[in-house]
Amino acid sequence: MGKIEWAMWANEQALASGLILLTGGIVGVAGQFRGWQFAAYAIAAGAFVCLLEYPRSKRTKGTSVERTGQYCFTVCVKSFGPLTRNYYVRAFLHAALSVPAGFLLATVLGCVCLGIASLIYLAAAIRGEHWEPILPKKEMVRKPDDSMKNPPQNPPPRPPPETRRKRVDDLEGAAYDNPIPVGE
Amino acid sequence: MGNFAANEGLSIFVILVWLGINAFLFVHFYMAFLLERWFYTRVLLGQALSWARAPAACLNFNCMLILLPVCRNLLSFLRGTIQCCSRTAARQLDRNITFHKLVAYMIAFHTAVHIIAHLFNFEYFMDAQLNRNSSLLPFVLSEIGSGDNASFLNPIRTNNTSPTIVLFTTIAGLTGVAITLALILIITSSMEVIRRSYFEVFWYTHHLFVIFFIGLVFHGAGRIVRGQTLPSLQTNDPEVCSTRVEEWGNNGSSCAVPKFAGNPPQTWKWVLGPMILYVCERIVRFYRSHQKVVITKVVMHPSKTLELQMKRKGFHMEVGQYVFIQCPSVSRLEWHPFTLTSAPEEDYFSAHIRIVGDWTQALYEACAGDQTEPQDAWKLPKIAIDGPFGTASEDVFRYEVVMLVGAGIGVTPFASILKSVWYKRIQNNQDVFTKKIYFYWLCPETEAFEWFADLLQSLEAQMTEKGVMDFLSYNIYLTRWKEKEAAHFRVHHEAENDPITGLKQKTLYGKPNWDNEFSNVAAKHPGCI
Repeated sequence: MGKIEWAMWANEQALASGLILLTGGIVGVAGQFRGWQFAAYAIAAGAFVCLLEYPRSKRTKGTSVERTGQYCFTVCVKSFGPLTRNYYVRAFLHAALSVPAGFLLATVLGCVCLGIASLIYLAAAIRGEHWEPILPKKEMVRKPDDSMKNPPQNPPPRPPPETRRKRVDDLEGAAYDNPIPVGE
Repeated sequence: MGNFAANEGLSIFVILVWLGINAFLFVHFYMAFLLERWFYTRVLLGQALSWARAPAACLNFNCMLILLPVCRNLLSFLRGTIQCCSRTAARQLDRNITFHKLVAYMIAFHTAVHIIAHLFNFEYFMDAQLNRNSSLLPFVLSEIGSGDNASFLNPIRTNNTSPTIVLFTTIAGLTGVAITLALILIITSSMEVIRRSYFEVFWYTHHLFVIFFIGLVFHGAGRIVRGQTLPSLQTNDPEVCSTRVEEWGNNGSSCAVPKFAGNPPQTWKWVLGPMILYVCERIVRFYRSHQKVVITKVVMHPSKTLELQMKRKGFHMEVGQYVFIQCPSVSRLEWHPFTLTSAPEEDYFSAHIRIVGDWTQALYEACAGDQTEPQDAWKLPKIAIDGPFGTASEDVFRYEVVMLVGAGIGVTPFASILKSVWYKRIQNNQDVFTKKIYFYWLCPETEAFEWFADLLQSLEAQMTEKGVMDFLSYNIYLTRWKEKEAAHFRVHHEAENDPITGLKQKTLYGKPNWDNEFSNVAAKHPGCI
């Protein structure tokens, strides 16, 4: 288990929590429950968490799989610099966001799930992980090597004339037979 | 279209039956709560009662189903018994994990509907207690049973509380929160990204299902959903008495005060059977893991492939099966599946293991694969085996003409099949039903050929000796090569043996033209495929 990047799981958990907060909030507002103001808050908090967590981080080892269309979100999240890069900030942010949702039944599940996500982010931060944006690689312009600039000055070395003589008995096979081996 | 129906027909039928049962249970239980018994409950809750109870029934059904596809020993046993009747039915059992996932999605969906409906229910129950006006029927109903605390309708007994507090002080609420959290954690750790990269997180978190099932069984123990008792229906007919609330309990009135009780929990009836089956499955796996397995030989092949030859008393396999291997000195909890590459006719069984991750690397070091001197047998690590489990390759010998296609390391089941072919046909000279085998192997790089090429070489030599060259026709396709290698191939084009594999049949380059291949084979063997 040593190689796990906890942030990946924290990210999935936080995204799920955002959706649950959002759903709970919508139910609270639509049903006009007592304390629907907490539900309205949960809609805003849930949407914010979803937007923050949608872009996946680049993995330190291995291939990173992007979510569909995450590039614009990556750019937005990247622009906050160290606030979004650091997972301690995220852990405390999620913990703080989850607290008001605990006061209404409809959003209490979202609150607990976000709390768990915050704990996993804390574990990730303690292990030194941080968020890296997944950006498209720039096209590398291939320059030809220096040695290819000059044409060869001397003809290639040839074996002595005896070995160069063609085998008349097997012309077909002789065509493929090189006196000097090709490749390794 | 006909092919699609033949291949997928039974799967689609199973899915439709499953969806049909879900729909039936949903509608049936929805209607069941529209009966007379629940009249007063519906006065408080409206349609939200039915919307909560219907998905609950579907949840019972799906939670029963979800444990069954992962009992692999049971499935192996079923596979063996069904094989004689219907091959397509047996093939459905190969899709057990897909079905497990479908049922899981359905559980998640029904959980969402159930929770949202209960959110409304809690709100309505609370409303009934808060609007303390004796002329309101909901309030009157909520006051019933305040004396003996047994015949009440509204599970919220005072107005001094909130739905959240009630959630955490009732059995149903507490178990509900616990199992929903377990479900959410199971789902987020089962996402493909996590599963493929960190299987351990997925596997260990998945064991939260134990909490899920225990909580599920106790979820209804509080009997929080209450309807009118049958004796009470005789003395208080809701149709008549609901408009005559002032008369209830008065001398001479035909309406007594109604009494309510909760239903006994039903879930255990659905899930107890599969839970017992699953416990038996784990016991079988545990028992099998303690049977002694001895490593008889360790072979290091090029391109980081480790071959382990093992023996176990009473081990019996078929071609193309796989086993789960555990090495306690590497990890006590990890079991990894590997295809068996030996034939049933041999006195040992073997698996070829590619060294790609931390477990395989540790296994390689434990088996002293990195050392060149011979090791004493007792120094080799203890190994445990679970299996063998069946796959589709078992059917190979039932057909007259067989096309086998393998890509990269996926060719391993065919190692077992070809070896078995060799033993059956050449050594014992048995008359096998299979008359001709076409074997296609697609590979991206030359290094992967070595260990399998040895097998093909020996097969080829044996076939030439016995003069049965045309029994096996194999085509190896190299799909990636470097420039330097290409020059080498061009030069040695005319050599008798293939420059890469050393075999008589030449390696081909690129991907096969399947249309050509299929039509050629079909033309040569009309009526057989």
